[in-house]
Amino acid sequence: MQFTSFLENGRLTVALTGEIDHHCAKSYIQAIAAKIEAYTPELCVLDFTDVTFVDSSGIAVVINAMRNMTQIRGQLVLTGIGNQPMRVFRASGIDKLVEIKEAVS
Amino acid sequence: MKFGNYMILEFPSKSTNEAFARSAVACFAAQMDPTLEELGDIRTAVSEAVTNCIVHAYPQELGNITLRCRILKDNVLDIVIKDKGVGIPDLEQARRPTYTTGGADRSGMGFTIMESFMTSFEVSSQPGKGTTVHMRRKLRQRQ
Repeated sequence: MQFTSFLENGRLTVALTGEIDHHCAKSYIQAIAAKIEAYTPELCVLDFTDVTFVDSSGIAVVINAMRNMTQIRGQLVLTGIGNQPMRVFRASGIDKLVEIKEAVS
Repeated sequence: MKFGNYMILEFPSKSTNEAFARSAVACFAAQMDPTLEELGDIRTAVSEAVTNCIVHAYPQELGNITLRCRILKDNVLDIVIKDKGVGIPDLEQARRPTYTTGGADRSGMGFTIMESFMTSFEVSSQPGKGTTVHMRRKLRQRQ
């Protein structure tokens, strides 16, 4: 698991990298939860630009981040999603539950 | 001739083998000249099936997972993923979207994704004996 994160004006951006499967999903879930708890951002952006593969474990990562943000009445946005991850998110219907933006300026 | 080619792999239910299994199948399928989307779908379905073996079939100890791929006529990739784990007592319930016996790090979408990404999908299971997932994907034949 490798990710970078930064906080700017109440907006937490978490940039995920590589392949997200069951092997690394739990670490991502815990790391994102810890960042959200530490910074209580108004907006959390999960950036998938450098994610090359996602399976249903990636759905769990998004659902958990959504729960964390709902608890602090914040908003979650996904961005930079490539074709393969997008197909998984669409098949699961998660694209209807969370806002997806092509790019966040 | 691609038709008739096959490969068989056996590996322990370690989670690092999820990436190994989907990559191995993708490499094998490369000779069928798949599109990127087809390859992505196959990798995803294999990842789901192998993850199920690791998380559910062998919850307490490591066990063996067998993966067999064959190329059938008309450019069909046939994949069988088999474990000798605890089995699934209620298949209908297990296949329901969002149903999971796993923890908060599971989404319960594995079977749904395998079904929607592959041309055909079957699962058979016997409690105490194991589970077999059999799926096929017909690839477009490019001109």
